[in-house]
Amino acid sequence: MTASLGDRRRERIDALAARAGALPEGDGGVSLVKSAFRRLRRNPVFLIGAVIVVVFLLVALFAPWLAPRDPYAQSLLSEVRQGSIPGSREGYPLGVDQLGRDLFSRLIYGSRQSLLIGVVSTVLGAVAGMMLGVLAGAFGGLVDTLVMRFVDIILSVPGLLMAISISVLLGQNQVSLMIAIAVTQIPLFARLLRGSMLVQRDRDYAVAAQALGVRRRNVVLGHVLPNSLSPVIVQATLSLATAIIEAAALSFLGLGDPDISRPEWGAMLASAQSVLSVRAELAIYPALCIIVVALGFTLVGESLREALDPKFRR
Amino acid sequence: MLRFIVRRLLQLIPILLGLSILLFAWLRALPGGPAVAALGERATPAKIAEYNRVFGLDEPLWTQYLRFLGRALRLDFGTSQTTGRAVTDEFFTRFPGTVELTVFAMVFAIGIGIPLGYLAARKHGSWIDSTSVIGSLLGVTIPVFFLAYLFRLLFAVQLGWLPGSGRQDVRMEATHVTNFYVLDGLLTREWDAAWDALQHLILPGIALGTIPLAIIVRITRASVLDVVNEDYVRTAQAKGLANDTVRRRHILRNALLPVSTTIGLQTGLLLSGAVLTETVFAFGGVGSTLREAISTRDYALLQGFILILAVVYVLVNLLVDVSYGLLDPRVRVK
Repeated sequence: MTASLGDRRRERIDALAARAGALPEGDGGVSLVKSAFRRLRRNPVFLIGAVIVVVFLLVALFAPWLAPRDPYAQSLLSEVRQGSIPGSREGYPLGVDQLGRDLFSRLIYGSRQSLLIGVVSTVLGAVAGMMLGVLAGAFGGLVDTLVMRFVDIILSVPGLLMAISISVLLGQNQVSLMIAIAVTQIPLFARLLRGSMLVQRDRDYAVAAQALGVRRRNVVLGHVLPNSLSPVIVQATLSLATAIIEAAALSFLGLGDPDISRPEWGAMLASAQSVLSVRAELAIYPALCIIVVALGFTLVGESLREALDPKFRR
Repeated sequence: MLRFIVRRLLQLIPILLGLSILLFAWLRALPGGPAVAALGERATPAKIAEYNRVFGLDEPLWTQYLRFLGRALRLDFGTSQTTGRAVTDEFFTRFPGTVELTVFAMVFAIGIGIPLGYLAARKHGSWIDSTSVIGSLLGVTIPVFFLAYLFRLLFAVQLGWLPGSGRQDVRMEATHVTNFYVLDGLLTREWDAAWDALQHLILPGIALGTIPLAIIVRITRASVLDVVNEDYVRTAQAKGLANDTVRRRHILRNALLPVSTTIGLQTGLLLSGAVLTETVFAFGGVGSTLREAISTRDYALLQGFILILAVVYVLVNLLVDVSYGLLDPRVRVK
């Protein structure tokens, strides 16, 4: 096999895939998922992360009921002056933003946009990457080489530059933002799934299924693929965090949603920069939301990885 | 070793070709195509047709691509719409600033990251360990531009300790030979100019350095933890080597292998991706120029910068691979 640039980075992904693929068949009769779950339940890191994620998901889901006010209503605009923005008061727990809108309600509604962007772009990137990975992993040979060369090209452009180029090309809107972030995620998922499938393909059960005369499509889709998914799931959780942060960065660069009245943490953070010296809280709260959510997904992802990694099994 | 390097260089060719096709297609896929990109969005149809004829944009795509490739090889990416200067010139006046910033950020990240990661691993489970784990998690999740703004607000605007924008005080009448301002100051013996430029690096450098710092701490810690349990470390201890020798020769030297890779990769990323931090500090390097090009839709500049930066990134990666081959002989044989 030919090696090429960025080898270290790729090797790390592949090693990860191989390690997750090298799971023992079962833990004395306990299935992999069960024993992983058992370990997760005892892991405080996972619990903290899971609580964070669940809380924010609930907030996003029930935003209209949780938000005390209309996030678009500029109800205190008349009290916003040059150099002074009303802070916390009765009915406005965190004060208002530079346009007199209730900050707390905007943060609550913002969770919808931010999580939506994170989830959609990660799912898009994961699905596209997985399709490439399955192609490469299932067919091997020329298809493998072609697909992996293509992935290498995407990998050779630094993520943010890639995202910028795509956003500029597709125009400034939410969909192109999601696509831009998704594309940067493709190489990771493609390599991960391919590596993991290469390991599974040679396992006894896959060989046995083939020997029994099961058609290749069914071996790949029914046996190899489901057993190769765990590193991908771990990565998807971690990628959610990256996607949310990256969306904030693109918003900051002016490549986000053109409708800036729509509450979204990245955009709120970006637009608060101009009044940072007047009321820093306007930037700090959305930033905190981004950090906490990203932290939540990262904690869940890392502990999932540990739980599924045989190296950590006791 | 030479064969290893040559092989790696040859493998660059398909990647660079692929990249050039992507970026060639990118400019053409833009609404209006390259003519609008060059003339601006308010160009008349007649002017666009004229432009297309002069620059051969009415020819078949593959001849156009070959011409683009030929020009790209000569580092000719046209002129920037906003400044009217050649994109390549623009790049080479900006790039030294980004290099200085990257060097500062990496020195900061390495200088703190490796000792901290090592300490965390040796005191596994202690408060130092947990603090550095939490810290490195935070370092990756804090949006870097937010951190940059906080630094600027606190240390430049409110406390006034350090300059918060630009690369050098505008009142400073410094001579610029290489466009590396710190180096220029040292070369021309204008010490105050060098010192001023260095001060301008501190805030953006530290903000930019937090992400590599977090990653280096993490990798160092994990790697030292791995190595400490190796047989050769136990052997070294068992045969009665001084703790210090074991630490230096057996643990650190082996543990730093994966760290060196991380350092290389992060350097490549910073060189190409300091867009956010540079923008906050109006730094005037490649990153803040890219940001301006996005808002003015200066496509020629965007295309040229992104292509050059991608090549830089690819080359840095190559350098990382080669140096890894030097550090770890096992890689070469594979």
